[in-house]
Amino acid sequence: MGQRRIVITGMGWVTPLGTTLEGVWSRLLNGDSGIGPVTHFDASTFVTNFAAQAPPIDLAEYLDDPTPFSAAARNSRFALAAASMALRQASFKPHDMAKPSRAGMYLGSGEGPHDFSHYAAMQMAGWNPETRTIDSGVWASTAQRRMEPHHEHEQEPNMALSHLAHAFGFRGPAYNCMTACAASTQAIGEAFEILKRGDADVMLAGGTHSMIHPLGMTGFIRLTAMSKRSDSPKTAARPFDKNRDGFVMGEGAGMLVLEDLEHAKARGATPLAEIAGFGSSADAFRITDIQPDGRGAQATMRQALKQAGIDPREPGPDGRPGVHYISAHGTGTQENDAIETAAVKGVFGPMAPKIPFSSVKSMLGHLIQAAGAVELMTCVMAIKTGIVPPTMNLSEPDPECDLDYVPNAARDLNPQGGVEVCLSNSFGFGGQNDTAVVRRFRG
Amino acid sequence: MSRRVVITGIGLVTGYGIGKDAAWAGLCSGATAITPIDAFDASGFSCRLGAQVKNFSAKDFVPKHYRKAVKVMARDIEIAVGAAHIAVADAGLITRAALGEDAQSGMTYPSERMGCHIGAGLISAETPELAAALSTSKSADGEVDIRQWGATGMNNLPPLWMLKYLPNMLACHVTILHGCEGPSNTITCQDASGLLSIGESARVIERDAADLCFSGGAESRISMMGMSRMIVSGRLADAPHDADPLAFARPYDDASPGGLPGEAGGILILEEESAAASRGAKMHARLLGFGAAQSGPPSVPPLAKDQTIPSDGLRYAIEAALDSARCTPEEIDAIFPLAACVPWMDRAEGEALREVFGDRLASIELATLSPQLGQNLAGDGAVRVGIAAMCIEQQMLPARLHSGKASVGLHAGPAPARAAQLRKVLVCTSSNGGQNAALVLGAV
Repeated sequence: MGQRRIVITGMGWVTPLGTTLEGVWSRLLNGDSGIGPVTHFDASTFVTNFAAQAPPIDLAEYLDDPTPFSAAARNSRFALAAASMALRQASFKPHDMAKPSRAGMYLGSGEGPHDFSHYAAMQMAGWNPETRTIDSGVWASTAQRRMEPHHEHEQEPNMALSHLAHAFGFRGPAYNCMTACAASTQAIGEAFEILKRGDADVMLAGGTHSMIHPLGMTGFIRLTAMSKRSDSPKTAARPFDKNRDGFVMGEGAGMLVLEDLEHAKARGATPLAEIAGFGSSADAFRITDIQPDGRGAQATMRQALKQAGIDPREPGPDGRPGVHYISAHGTGTQENDAIETAAVKGVFGPMAPKIPFSSVKSMLGHLIQAAGAVELMTCVMAIKTGIVPPTMNLSEPDPECDLDYVPNAARDLNPQGGVEVCLSNSFGFGGQNDTAVVRRFRG
Repeated sequence: MSRRVVITGIGLVTGYGIGKDAAWAGLCSGATAITPIDAFDASGFSCRLGAQVKNFSAKDFVPKHYRKAVKVMARDIEIAVGAAHIAVADAGLITRAALGEDAQSGMTYPSERMGCHIGAGLISAETPELAAALSTSKSADGEVDIRQWGATGMNNLPPLWMLKYLPNMLACHVTILHGCEGPSNTITCQDASGLLSIGESARVIERDAADLCFSGGAESRISMMGMSRMIVSGRLADAPHDADPLAFARPYDDASPGGLPGEAGGILILEEESAAASRGAKMHARLLGFGAAQSGPPSVPPLAKDQTIPSDGLRYAIEAALDSARCTPEEIDAIFPLAACVPWMDRAEGEALREVFGDRLASIELATLSPQLGQNLAGDGAVRVGIAAMCIEQQMLPARLHSGKASVGLHAGPAPARAAQLRKVLVCTSSNGGQNAALVLGAV
């Protein structure tokens, strides 16, 4: 039996720049910013009081019957909307399969947001600041009064899977992973592997997350990982710029229908692109820092390229590099952008300066667990249109970041022969690194 | 030639203590590990019994230079770190932990050939730490003043506060300590997390992306938030501190008042068989098959007392596991299920087992471990696989506790530890949320 080929047959996203494939894509090519003041809660006194918020989602626009999901958390609502769009584009319904256990899901969904006012009041109940002890009876009775069962379940990271199974009928292998900012690239990669070994014929893969809530913002503010340019949020996300001062929090979802090529052909589906390679590694270095030489990032890129059959240091038959566009992890933190640049140089050598390498986080913010899926989708759109999106707000070059970041304006690569192969990087806090390679589908 | 996967190291941290021998002795003794909870003041809680790991700190299992990092480990992380250390010793491996931070050589396997897949739960932040910080922003009506919190209050949390509770920090610390630079993942599907992680490790080894994986899961539910969340889910019995823990040993019993909480972790060393053989490793058991599937709705509580959740996903997962093991249901000698003692969960599990095994189910030994170890969610799958591997090695089953009446057709009544012929066994777990995983283990 020959190696199974895995194609993407549908995509859907919910992003700070909108929810339609073409609409968001044209705004990205335009260099629009999805960043503005936080309105989900009163963040006025937070040192970072801005973020990239997604538009409100009315599930009635996406589902025949939205009523079972009326209490679904924000991340699950994003997932339902994005999955609905992806399945529609793929013209695929798991319910219609003879064996619904052949359609699975692999998500990198984050946890649902805390119900902050109840959660906070409950945590403090019975606290005696003098003795620094908690009155167990007061605490427990407050907890039972202020905890709402549905809301507690909605915080569980596996609930997006449950809702998608309910809405669409997936009964195959179902996983959720949480490897921070690498999660949805990892989910797509592992879904690809599940399909390759034949444990399913179709996998919905992607990620969904919102950390735009008081404790989510608190956590990153305490880590000093976020930009503090509260006076100019629209230009706060400055990947690869010398004056970058951290990432900007975003929220959203990206969902892809991955499918065994033969299965897609048999039902007449149109492949949008082919997944050509996946790599995964761990830094095994420090809980807060990246390997200074980007060793983990290099390893994951090399694995993915090897699987795709691409030699990164040699030009292809057309004289161009073997990869035509790299979607950077590009968070806008001092450490990530310099080390990712070094890692790309380490892998691609003399080819590195010739490859457009941009970060859409300059416009969308950082969708955390959803970032990798949305960014891989931008790669598919680049293949489709031949145009690559810019890195915005890149006004002062950093000597440590000296590659071609497609600064401040999208670039049309059609005159050079368009975009055939893209690589997308995602690196998580805690050292998980994941890379996916996608290629134009050719039968 | 396909690559086969064996278990060469078992690291268990359970209510019976530290290590697989403590767990084995405890499980065979016929006593339960469940005691009154004293890890925090539980006097106000409706449930006051649980399986605690006593006298345990990850400090005892990390090199000296790493002891400071234990401060940023939630209990779940500490348990994983401890279990990983024990698993490495059991497997006779040399990893970075034994060689020092900057070791370049001397490890049994090169870093890039070692992967790590550790399932984790939604780790609960420690209440006293949050209470102390939040109360600095308390307004007159007892609520948090969000503006004060934003302006000054949050500065009372330590800078690395969030890192203590990120689910991927179990794998993060383990990969740093042991120098695993291969594929690494954190699966978060509640009770199914551990088995899903072991399944993924096995696939990673089979596809030649690694030769060895640290694999399993850990979770502590012995905390104010951890227990409260289970209480609102209807998973915990009302259990006063002076109640007899054995009264709650009622798997597959519709009259069970609910289960009890626990804390536990299991980290296994999975290894490619020929590589394990060539270094002369002791092999505890072989992984023969794995399957995963999703159930239909409704998959979460709260449910009416007699409501049933679907069993379709668990049946698919078991069928897929048997299929990938090229094994028929008739070949399974024993089953290690979740058996949470929560009626609506146990009903679905029993139903799936009946659908797969038919009338023969009544004669297949069930090894129910929750009455001894409590409910440990992400920790439960790997603990069961570790125990199942030991059972295969010893050709013996642990004691089974039951103080009620298991539903008809299930071999789950009380029994002492006993010899048993165990060639192939099934381990399976299902989550609240409908994810299911099943694994077939066999003798080497």
